[in-house]
Amino acid sequence: MPIALAKLALFVLCLLPAAWLAWQVLLGDPGPDPVEHIVHETGAWTLRLLLLTLAVTPLRRFSGWNGLIRLRRMLGLYAFFYATLHFASYLLLDLGAFWSQLLTDIVKRPYITVGFSAWLLLLPLAFTSTNAMMRRLGRHWQRLHRLSYLITLLGVLHFIWLVKADLREPLLYATLFAVLMLARWRPRRLNHQS
Amino acid sequence: MRSRLFDPIPSSDITPETVYLQRRELIRGAAAGVALALAGCERPAEAMSATPPASAPKPEIPGLRRWPESTSETRTSYRDLTQYNNFYEFGTDKSDPAEHSGRFRPRPWSVEIAGAAEVTGRFELDDLLKGIALEERIYRLRCVEAWSMVVPWNGFPLATLLRRFKPTSRAKYVAFTTVERPAEMPGQRRNTLDWPYREALRIDEAMHPLTLFAVGVYGRLLPNQNGAPLRLVVPWKYGFKSIKSIVRIEFSERQPYTSWSDMAADEYGFYANVNPAVDHPRWSQASERRIAEGASIFKARIATLPFNGYAEQVASLYAGMDPTTLY
Repeated sequence: MPIALAKLALFVLCLLPAAWLAWQVLLGDPGPDPVEHIVHETGAWTLRLLLLTLAVTPLRRFSGWNGLIRLRRMLGLYAFFYATLHFASYLLLDLGAFWSQLLTDIVKRPYITVGFSAWLLLLPLAFTSTNAMMRRLGRHWQRLHRLSYLITLLGVLHFIWLVKADLREPLLYATLFAVLMLARWRPRRLNHQS
Repeated sequence: MRSRLFDPIPSSDITPETVYLQRRELIRGAAAGVALALAGCERPAEAMSATPPASAPKPEIPGLRRWPESTSETRTSYRDLTQYNNFYEFGTDKSDPAEHSGRFRPRPWSVEIAGAAEVTGRFELDDLLKGIALEERIYRLRCVEAWSMVVPWNGFPLATLLRRFKPTSRAKYVAFTTVERPAEMPGQRRNTLDWPYREALRIDEAMHPLTLFAVGVYGRLLPNQNGAPLRLVVPWKYGFKSIKSIVRIEFSERQPYTSWSDMAADEYGFYANVNPAVDHPRWSQASERRIAEGASIFKARIATLPFNGYAEQVASLYAGMDPTTLY
């Protein structure tokens, strides 16, 4: 498949959750607690896209399809897109007129502190995602973008922390994260030994 | 079951029409429940959404007395309050109770009365409800997760029932236990909580005129996901105190085990009074998202009131106590 077509397909695919959510809220049935639904769904898609972004390198190694790397930027930017929707819906819809509560929340609530930090850390990555920035930063670009590991870890923590008793879903994300990190480091060690 | 509980029975109390009709409803409801179970439980959610109940369904419990102090706030729709439930016995997602409670059979039902009371034993629910007039009371319901509803409960003051058991002077607390039926309650097959679910009130809280036992909502018998056939409603406390599907009531001298506060004492107190001044360690309790009919997604959040707005009626119960411990 030509890369341009793959990119177009991925662009549309990644947009679907947001489109589906918008349809539910504006025309369909968003359920009894629409605000919670919007905040939860945009948060879950942020995590999923972060994990997909981290899956590109291991998948590329195992599949041998180097073209995959050219899809990574879009996945990363979509993670940022959903993270921003997540934060904006929390701020504008959930808090609404009570937005001053946010300042207290960011300081006092560990899971909000962690989630907000993750979103802040995504900002420089989104900002430096252009080809021009990649050229300008050179080898520093890769070091900077290793922040994505930390960001995903913070995202997983953010989810684990807010759950009351049933940890299955956040632990699934934590496991996927661990697997992707392991898949990333093992080949390197082998290289060192050889 | 003939019991000591009801002698002497005044002639005016013998099987009032409400209870008689209600019993027939219970039987019909049970039959419908079985039919639903037989129809296949794989897709009950679709079955339900295919015929969503109207926001104010046709009442089935006749002769409900209107309680004059009901709130006039916009009510939560019947659909929302039967599709958005915290009832971990059926699963931890809000939609799980509606989807996975089809196998639960709220009939036949009996309640065991134990502890510091003159009258103890096991009683059929129908016998317990004999001679009790049902009221419609519209209460605010505030969940500890910072969302809230406005619910037209159908029930009666718990004190009416408790007095019949003649609690002794040693009865300082009343403990309640939810039924444990892992075969019918899929959530109980996992160790999310220490089953069975237990809750308790101080005796004066239990005897307070606002404390309700509910058997219905919106004029209909309680759906399984809302705690059929008998549940507690304590409007000034966080929702988890209002224990569902009760099979046991015990009068005790010491503060009993209560599921959430004993599992995570730093997050959930025994009193669990709605208190905007004391935050949950992980989120603020100063405000809440109101789930009400026609609510705008831009104005969902409202301020939380001390004792959920019932301070005038209940604050005196806690006179002299440290208010920061009342959460």
